Amino acid sequence: MYAVTTSPTPPTTSAVRTEGLVKAFGGRRAVDGIDLEVFPGEIFGVLGPNGAGKTTVLRMLATLLAIDEGRAEIFGVDVRERPHVVRQLIGLTGQYASVDENLTATENLVLFGRLQGLRRADARGTAARLLDRFGLGDAASRPISQFSGGMRRRLDLAASLITRPPLIFLDEPTTGLDPRTRGQMWDTIRELVDDGATVLLTTQYLDEADQLADRIAVIDAGRKVAEGTPDELKSSVGDSSLHLLLADPTQLAAAAETVRRQLGGEPVLTPERGRITVPLERADRAADVLTALRTAGISLSSMSVQKPSLDEVFLALTGHDTHSETQETAA
Amino acid sequence: MTTLLTDPATTGAHRADTTHPSVSPADAVRQTMTMAWRATLKMRRNGEQFFDVTIQPILFTAMFAFIFGGAIAGDVGSYLPLMIPGILAQTTLTACMATGVQLREDMDKGVFDRFKSLPIARIAPLAGPMVADLLRYGIAATLTFLMGLLMGYRPGGGVLGVIAGAVLAMIAGWSLAWVFAWVGTIGRSAQGVQGISMMIMFPLTFLSNAFVPVETLPGWLAAFVQVNPVSHVVSAIRDLANTGTLTAEVGWALAACAIVVAIFAPLSVAAFRRRM
Ligand SMILES: Nc1ncnc2c1ncn2[C@@H]1O[C@H](COP(=O)(O)OP(=O)(O)O)[C@@H](O)[C@H]1O
Ligand SMILES: [Mg+2]
Repeated sequence: MYAVTTSPTPPTTSAVRTEGLVKAFGGRRAVDGIDLEVFPGEIFGVLGPNGAGKTTVLRMLATLLAIDEGRAEIFGVDVRERPHVVRQLIGLTGQYASVDENLTATENLVLFGRLQGLRRADARGTAARLLDRFGLGDAASRPISQFSGGMRRRLDLAASLITRPPLIFLDEPTTGLDPRTRGQMWDTIRELVDDGATVLLTTQYLDEADQLADRIAVIDAGRKVAEGTPDELKSSVGDSSLHLLLADPTQLAAAAETVRRQLGGEPVLTPERGRITVPLERADRAADVLTALRTAGISLSSMSVQKPSLDEVFLALTGHDTHSETQETAA
Repeated sequence: MTTLLTDPATTGAHRADTTHPSVSPADAVRQTMTMAWRATLKMRRNGEQFFDVTIQPILFTAMFAFIFGGAIAGDVGSYLPLMIPGILAQTTLTACMATGVQLREDMDKGVFDRFKSLPIARIAPLAGPMVADLLRYGIAATLTFLMGLLMGYRPGGGVLGVIAGAVLAMIAGWSLAWVFAWVGTIGRSAQGVQGISMMIMFPLTFLSNAFVPVETLPGWLAAFVQVNPVSHVVSAIRDLANTGTLTAEVGWALAACAIVVAIFAPLSVAAFRRRM
């Protein structure tokens, strides 16, 4: 179990604060004026589709990319002016494994420990402790090239924790992991925060942001389109919604018309999947829609009434889908 | 649950107070040595990194002696004192050409992101592999002299002279490696870096006095050969190994090394910083 920080007490110094952050690649703004504030002790999720600019934001905050415009502070320390101090406050786990393929797991952790000033014995002790903690004790002296995706991610995270940084950046920590490994990673991230760290993570998975984050910023094409707790974001699109999956997708237009007549609201259509989603003021109005559809001779392969998913939030905020397949399987 | 982080959340700001504003020179050296340790681990695992420094001295010594020995100095025995230092310089300098390519390949890997995000001296990831490369230059020097001895080379400078010559070759290799480190940090791809490195390397080694006496060259070529720092290095190694004397050439060679490092080390670090 973990405690959700529902109302973070106003802290004196934010873990992260950015104002008008901009990064342009060849004239195209990959990050286009992003303001963020992350409070100490919370998990903050940056949610957005592929190419939204998540990695670029993180790389600027982690001093890997120059900030073109705007400013960023980590625990009150200016990233552009004092990068060396910022580097002492952060741990970064990149989107692609940032460990040395030629070294064993132990050698990797000893290397990063030694670089950060640990004595040889301390570096070895810390490495052994972290490897045990992340279930990599048995693989300690194996080359990384033999590691599975999940093992690499865990080693990568372990490498970010050697000096116990108060702020940890995780760039898409579970992309490409199977569901079980993904769940383990979620538990680990929650433990980090229980133990006192602040986590800023990015994700393309709406359910991941929902599960993990205390607060979420939704970004699209380099801009922040919304921010809030998962519940706040969900309530911005209505109380609940009706999901209909048609047995015959060619009846979509007729079905949409029936729904519109019954509820008055504008349904959201996903023609490829024969899916209709519509906000409901009261859940019991669903019965009227179902009756009307049967009268019109339109049959359904499934229906449900749900709290709106972040998928719909994203759709409502940005006007387009996240192209995320996981929502279908998760729903 | 195991406790991983003992610091409470609120200490982030407190931590900001206990940080160091910059890296001390002693820390920079320690970090460089740690990066050198990493490079030696990599070398042990990728045996091909030793091919150039083992095969080249053996092959070149035998080949050059029998092909060119007769033409230039009359017989192999008298060509050896001229040739062995030349091969030594050439092998070391070719070995240091790999610096840029390896750096480029390394920098394109994810692990370099971590190096850049750590509070370490920016020079450490560049200088570390170069310190480890001293090992490769040392192997090249040892093998070249051994091959020479096997073929009848009797250096007049004795053991000390030979060791001094080998050390000078290693210093020269390390210094010139900064040129390639710079090429590596500004290059777009490993292949591009390889191409540029070759273009720098060939005139430097072949337009030198490494294998032919300067007197046999036409005037314009001789002029270049005489200012080429590699020529000074070769002459200095000859003086040390063959006569055991500290001549002005040794001074010139060391000065050339110092100038190359003074120019290209800051350029490399600046380019490395800019890339991030
Ligand atoms: N080094 C780079 N050079 C040029 N364009 C880049 C570079 N890095 C990212 N981009 C572009 O910036 C945009 C945002 O990328 P990124 O931050 O990686 O997105 P995300 O992490 O959200 O998927 C993309 O359009 C990407 O192509
Ligand atoms: Mg990304």
